[in-house]
Amino acid sequence: MKLKFAILILLSLASLIVFPMLGSTDVLHDPMGREILMKLRFPRVLTAFLAGIALASSGMIFQALFRNPLATPDTLGVSGGAALGATLWMRFGAPLLLIGVTGASIAGFLGALGTVLLVYGLARFKSGFSSATLLLAGVAVNLFLSSLILLMQYFSDPGETFRMIRWLMGGFSVVGFATPVNLAVFTVIGLMITALLTREMNLLLTGEELAGARGVNVDRTKKMLFFSASLMTGAAVAFCGPIAFVGLMVPHICRQFTGSDHRKLFPAVILLGGAFMVICDGLARTLLAPVEMPAGLITSLLGGPFFLWLLLKKS
Amino acid sequence: MNNAIQINDVALELNGTPILRGVSFDIGQGEYVSIIGPNGAGKTTLLRCLLGMYSYNGSARINGTECRGYDSRALARQVSYVPQTHDIEFPLAVYDFVMMGRYPYLSALSPAQKQDEEAVERALQITGTGQFRNRTLRTLSGGERQKVYIAAALAQETPVMLLDEPATFLDWRHQTEVMKLLKKINAECGATILAVNHDLNSAAHWSDRIIALKNGKTLFSGTPQELIQPAPLETLFETAFVRKETLAPASEQ
Repeated sequence: MKLKFAILILLSLASLIVFPMLGSTDVLHDPMGREILMKLRFPRVLTAFLAGIALASSGMIFQALFRNPLATPDTLGVSGGAALGATLWMRFGAPLLLIGVTGASIAGFLGALGTVLLVYGLARFKSGFSSATLLLAGVAVNLFLSSLILLMQYFSDPGETFRMIRWLMGGFSVVGFATPVNLAVFTVIGLMITALLTREMNLLLTGEELAGARGVNVDRTKKMLFFSASLMTGAAVAFCGPIAFVGLMVPHICRQFTGSDHRKLFPAVILLGGAFMVICDGLARTLLAPVEMPAGLITSLLGGPFFLWLLLKKS
Repeated sequence: MNNAIQINDVALELNGTPILRGVSFDIGQGEYVSIIGPNGAGKTTLLRCLLGMYSYNGSARINGTECRGYDSRALARQVSYVPQTHDIEFPLAVYDFVMMGRYPYLSALSPAQKQDEEAVERALQITGTGQFRNRTLRTLSGGERQKVYIAAALAQETPVMLLDEPATFLDWRHQTEVMKLLKKINAECGATILAVNHDLNSAAHWSDRIIALKNGKTLFSGTPQELIQPAPLETLFETAFVRKETLAPASEQ
């Protein structure tokens, strides 16, 4: 177990050091190299790292809350809700406040929270979190939310629409450290709340009734977990767009070597989540260089088949 | 004799439907009591009231304190629970699962202490599930898994144990093993046991006392011998019970 964690720590450190060096400009020899490294590459890699942590951790939290390995920010429609919140803010709210960046993530957080409560309510109402109920509720909510986003695009001017579409693909084109610092605030709050609840998440896996009978304050635990997952998903989506499938793949891969105990799973998800996203972004930047693809494209290309494989394996 | 459980006129409505309409009975320390009754009688709901999951009307006390008044961890140090269904989607190791019974004794960030590990070992030993400690729950048979669930409740070290149909879905051999195990826990650990049981024969065979619920009310409370009479059984199940000696063997008909 110690060796596995050592490998994970090395992997995430390596991703943070190596990937800023990769790209269409050779930063070590170019006269502008230092500038590019500090203003573009490091902020970008850091943003990807944080978004990866936020989305992977949210996936892990939702899987514990819904007791279902297919529950993720994407399948539940939570990313869609965050995207709707953030789009609404970009379209109507941004001029209202100077701290527009944070405003979008708060709107994203509210959108995420609203959606997850809705889906949870729907699944509960149908008594049970079977994959069928959960995925169908998620699909319906997702379709509804994306039609609202489309509606908003329809009424925007072409420039705005283009920006929205690029943002919806998910990517990390940032300049300077403002974005990663903002994202870090949301992510760290979410991580700290979650870190206090690892034992409770273990018990939730055995069912709410049994967790309650073992002394878990189930209502309070659920509220705190919904809050922290929505906070992290909301911020990640607002800053980087709805990057799909990270919340599915990373917790699943980690569970293969830590098991379901969240006291081990959670740190593994943090380490791999960050590294995974940095690697995907690195691939997106270098595969078709000098063209830079959005990282969300890579995660979707990997995640779609992965999801289907999981679904088929389950049944 | 001190009463471990005192239930007095407990009533509960869920979504406007009355489920419990005045249940009253007492259970003494160390008693082994079965609750029987037709489907929808409110048996599981009553257990949940005792677990502090519903805010009922009336009074339900465990060791003198009202159940809804307990803090959730404090209540979990008084009463443990074995649920009817085991649906866990994720691979959980048996040892970790039994250790979850120690939750009410652990503080948020501290690891398990020596006394927690000892309690888990005792629970594994009494239930004979130590051999499975490193296996995951999913790889066990229904009967083995039920014993692990009982071990986790045992690790909670509570004076009262509640069980919801502990043997219903098991084959005959495992049914007997589980019931024997409960009897052993009752006798050796001194735990008061209250079990919902669908099977009248098994309830009558294993318990000191039987409580029958019907339509959310207590219909009967007494020894198995008092219950296994045509009159109380017919009131309970609304169907004619024929005494065994009046039945002729099939071959003579």
